[in-house]
Amino acid sequence: MATATETTAHSFPDITNPVNWFWGKLSWDIFPFYDPLILGTFLVTMALGLGIVGWLTYKRLWGYLWTEWFTSVDHKKIGIMYMVLATVMLIRGFSDAILMRIHQALASAGVLEFLPPYHYDQVFTAHGVIMIFFVAMPFITGFMNYVMPLQIGARDVAFPFLNNFSFWLTFSGVVLVMLSLFVGEFAATGWLAFPPLSGLEFSPGVGVDYYLWSLNIAGIGTTLSGINLIVTIVKMRAPGMTWMKMPIFTWSTLVTNILIVASFPVLTATLALLTADRYLGTHFFTNDMGGNAMMYINLIWIWGHPEVYILILPIFGIFSEIVPTFSRKRLFGYTSMVYALCVIMILSYLVWLHHFFTMGAGADVNSFFGITTMIISIPTGAKLFNWLFTMYKGRIKFELPMMWVIAFMITFTIGGMTGVLLAVPPADYVLHNSLFLVAHFHNVIIGGVVFGVFAGINYWWPKAFGFHMNKFWGLVSFYGWVGGFWFAFMPLYILGLMGVTRRLSQFEDTSYALLFGIAALGVAMIAVGVVAFIIQIFVSIRDRAALACDGDPWNARTLEWSTSSPPPYYNFSHVPNVYALDAWDHMKAHNAEDPQDDYVAIHMPKRTASGLVISALMTVMGFAMIWHIWWLALVGFIGSVAYGIYHTFDYDRDFYLQPDEVRAIANGRRPVVPAE
Amino acid sequence: MSFFQPRTSRRIGRFGLLALGALALSGCNLVVMNPAGDVASQQADLIIYATVLMLIVIVPVLALTVFFAIRYRADNEEAAYDPEWDHSVSLEIVVWSVPLAIIICLAGLTWVATHRLDPYRDLPRITATKAVDENVTPLQVQVVALDWKWLFIYPEYNIATVNEMAVIVDRPVEFKLTSTTVMNAFYIPDMVGMIYAMAGMETELNGVLNSPGTYAGFASHYNGAGFSRMRFDVKALDEAGFDEWTAQVAGAEQPLDRESFVQLEQPSIDNDVHYYGSVQDGLWQRILNMCVGDDKLCMNDMMMVDALGGGGIDGLYNRELYRGLCSADNPEGMFAILRPDLSDRATDITAAMDLLPPETPQMSVPREN
Repeated sequence: MATATETTAHSFPDITNPVNWFWGKLSWDIFPFYDPLILGTFLVTMALGLGIVGWLTYKRLWGYLWTEWFTSVDHKKIGIMYMVLATVMLIRGFSDAILMRIHQALASAGVLEFLPPYHYDQVFTAHGVIMIFFVAMPFITGFMNYVMPLQIGARDVAFPFLNNFSFWLTFSGVVLVMLSLFVGEFAATGWLAFPPLSGLEFSPGVGVDYYLWSLNIAGIGTTLSGINLIVTIVKMRAPGMTWMKMPIFTWSTLVTNILIVASFPVLTATLALLTADRYLGTHFFTNDMGGNAMMYINLIWIWGHPEVYILILPIFGIFSEIVPTFSRKRLFGYTSMVYALCVIMILSYLVWLHHFFTMGAGADVNSFFGITTMIISIPTGAKLFNWLFTMYKGRIKFELPMMWVIAFMITFTIGGMTGVLLAVPPADYVLHNSLFLVAHFHNVIIGGVVFGVFAGINYWWPKAFGFHMNKFWGLVSFYGWVGGFWFAFMPLYILGLMGVTRRLSQFEDTSYALLFGIAALGVAMIAVGVVAFIIQIFVSIRDRAALACDGDPWNARTLEWSTSSPPPYYNFSHVPNVYALDAWDHMKAHNAEDPQDDYVAIHMPKRTASGLVISALMTVMGFAMIWHIWWLALVGFIGSVAYGIYHTFDYDRDFYLQPDEVRAIANGRRPVVPAE
Repeated sequence: MSFFQPRTSRRIGRFGLLALGALALSGCNLVVMNPAGDVASQQADLIIYATVLMLIVIVPVLALTVFFAIRYRADNEEAAYDPEWDHSVSLEIVVWSVPLAIIICLAGLTWVATHRLDPYRDLPRITATKAVDENVTPLQVQVVALDWKWLFIYPEYNIATVNEMAVIVDRPVEFKLTSTTVMNAFYIPDMVGMIYAMAGMETELNGVLNSPGTYAGFASHYNGAGFSRMRFDVKALDEAGFDEWTAQVAGAEQPLDRESFVQLEQPSIDNDVHYYGSVQDGLWQRILNMCVGDDKLCMNDMMMVDALGGGGIDGLYNRELYRGLCSADNPEGMFAILRPDLSDRATDITAAMDLLPPETPQMSVPREN
C-alpha cells in the first residue's frame, strides 16, 4: 500500500461544527488563535480600527459622515466613497500579494515555508477575489459614478437612491470578506471557486460560503448600478448631446454597463446554483448524481471574460480623455474609437472558452475561440494607434496623468501580445495555469486597469476637491509602481517558461529561487508605490491651500470642467447646451459666457438611510447563512424586504432648490472661463 | 505552412526573444522552450512563430510611443502642432488593416496548428524527420488523478504504479485520463501540453519523448491542500530498460483491485512511489464511472437508467434494484427491469438510442508490437 509520508491534509481545523439552533456553526474554535500570523493581523487591525473610530468620535465627525456621506445620494459623494473603499481594499489585497511573494521567495530557496497550504491557498484566493471585486470594480464604478453625470451635463444619476443602495451592497460584500479573515476562514479554492473543489464534499468549511454570499450580495449592487448608469446616459444627456457628441469616457461607461447588465446576472445565477449545491443538496456541479462541473466553468467564464472588459473599457475611456487634454489636441479618430468600443463589447461574449482550452474540446471549437480572441486585439490595437496619433503633432505636457498613460501604452502592449499568444490553443496547452499566465493577466490588469486608475485619480482629483495632488509623491508612486511591476512580473514570465505552475506553495527545485527573489524585490518596489500614493493623498490634503486650482486646471475639453471644482451638489447652475464634441472646448473657443442670472428652481433628491439599512440587514442575512444561523438569516431577509417596502412608501424624497439659493451658491464659486 | 520545420529560424527567434534575460537565464532551464518531446517542441515553435508575427505590429507601437512622446513634448517648439487634426482616412485604414492582416495570418496558423496538435489526435510523427512506424501502436497509459497522487495503469502489461511512470523513447504514448476527485490537469512539460482530468469523464492526450532521461510531471491545476506535492517522475527508457521496469513492477505483490483502489483513494500528501503487480479486470471502467466502491451505481448504468425513462417515481425508491446490475455486462437486464413492456424490442431500442455500452476493454491481452 502506498503510504503517505505526511498527512497534513486534515491537521488544520476544518470548520464543520455541528449546527446549534441558536449559534449555528459559531463557536470558540472558529477564531484563528492557532495562527499567530492571523492573530497578529487581527490585533493590529482592531487597534487601527478602534483608533479611527476613536478619532472620529473625538472629532465629532459621525454626524457629518452620516448626513453628508453615508446617507448621501449625490453621485459625486458616492463615487468618492467607492474610491475610498477601493483604496482601503487595495491595501488588503496587496498585503496578500506581499505574503505570497515572500512565501514563494523563501520557499523556493528552501529557507522557510511559513504559510501552510491551508493558509496560503486562502491567501491567493482572497487576493484574487478582493483585487477584482473589491478593488478594481469599486475603482471603475467610482469613476463612472463621479465623472459620467458631469460629462453629460446631468445633475445626478437617474436613480439616486439606487446608487446609494448599490454602494452599500458592495460594502456589504466587503464586510463579509473582511470578516472571513478573523471569523472562520475564507475559501481555499482559487478566485473563481471551481467545483467540485468548491462543493460541499471537498470544501466542507465556511470559506466558500463567505465567498458565495459576499459576491452574490455585491453582485446585486453591481447589476443595479449598471442599470442606473445606462438609464442615466440614455435619458439624461444635456440638450444637444447626441450619441456621437458624447465624450469617449461616457461611451465607455455606456458600453461597460451594458456588459455589466448582460453578464452579472450570469454570475449571480451561477453562484446561486453553487449555493444550492452547498445548502440544498442539489447536484448541479457535483461529481456524481448527474452533476457537471464543466457547466460551472463555462458559466463562470461567460461572466468572467466580459468582466475583464468591464474593468478595462472604462480605463480606455479615461485614457481617451487624458491623451487629448495633455496633447492639447482633439482625439484622433473619435468615430473609430466608438466603434472599437462597441466591437469589443460584442466580441467579449464570444471568447470565454479560451480560459479552458485544456478541457478537451475539439480542435474546431478551440480554434474558433482562439481566433475570436485574437480578433479582439484588432479594435484594441486600433485604440492604441488612435492614442498615438492623438499625440502626433500635439504639445504633450507630462503631468502625472499623462505619464501614467505612457507607462500604460508600453506595458499594456506587451501584456496584449502575451495574451494573443495564450489565445493560440497549442501554445496555451503548455502555458495554461503557469506563472506565464499569471504574469500575463497582471500585465494587462496592473499595466491597464491599475495604471489607468492612478491616471484617472491624478486627473480628476482637482475636479473633485478643488486642489491638485502633490507631484513629488505622485512621481514616487509612479516610479514605484511602474518599475516594481516590471521587476515583479517579468521573472514570472520566465518562470512560466520554466514550467512553474501558479498557486504552488512548496518547491523541490531551488533553481527558481533567484527569479522568485527578483519578483519579491519587485513587490517591495510596488509597496513603495502604494505607500507613496497614500502619502500623496495626505500631503495633498495638508497642502491644499497651496495646491488650490480653479474649475478647469488642465485646460480640458469636456463638460465636467465647465463647472466649479468641487462642483456644487447640483453640478450645473444652468443645464449646458451642447453643440459639438468636446463641448467645453467648443464653449471656450466660442467665448461662451456662463449666464449670471435667469436661475430656475432645481429639482434634487433627498438623502436617505434606506440603502444603508437594507444593506446592513442583508449583511446580517449573509453572515447568518454562512454560519447556518437560520433564524437570524430569516430575520435579515424579512427585515431587508420589509424595509425595502417601507422605503417605497416614503414620499418625501425630493425638493426644489430655489433660484435665489442657486444664485447664492453660484456667486460663491463661479467657474473660471479662461480669457481666450 | 512549414512552421514545424526550420530549427535555425527557431533558434534565431528564440535568441531574439530571450536575449534580454540571457544573462539571468544562464542558470535557468526553460523546459517549455526546450522540451525533450516532439509534440512539446512543436508547441514551443508555435510560441516563437506567433510571437515573431505579433512583433511586426508591437515593435512599431512601442517605438512610436517613445518617439511621439519625445518628439511632441510641450517644450519642443520645433515639432509641428496641429490641434484640429483628428481624422485621416488613410491612417485609419492602416491602423485597422495591418493588425487585421496579422491576425488573419495568426488565425491561419492557429487553425492549422490547433488541428495538427489536437491532443486527441494520434501522432503522425515521432520527430520532424521520422514518421510513426505503422506497425507500432501507441503505448496505452490510463491516468487517474487522486487526492493528491497520480495512478498510472498500463493495460497492455496489466500493471499499475503510483507517482512514477515510464515510457519507451520514440514510441508514441496515448494517455486516457480521469479523476476520482476534483478537477485536475496533467502536465509533463518535456513531453506534451497539459489536459484536464475530470471525474466521471475521460480525456485523452497523445505525446512522445525523444530522448532518454527522467522528466518531471505534475498536477498543473490547483486542486487543494496537497497540490504542490502532487508530482511524479517520468522515465524515458529504451525497450530493454522498459521491459526491465515493467518486470520490476509486475514483481510487486499487491494487486490493484477494487479494495486496494478504495484504500489508495483516501486523501494523502507527498506519496512515495508504489507498484501494483497486477490490475483487476474492468477496473478502469469502474474508476471512470465512479463505482469502484460498493456504494454507488455506475455512471454509465445510471445514464442508461435515465435514458430508459428513469423508472419514474418508483425509481426513486427502487434505486437498490439497479445496484449490482451492470449495463456493460448485460444491457438487456436493465431494460427488462425498467421497460418490461418493450423487452421484446430491447436490442433494437438500445442500439437506436446509442446506448450499447462501450466496448469492454481487453485488459489483460497484450497488444502486438
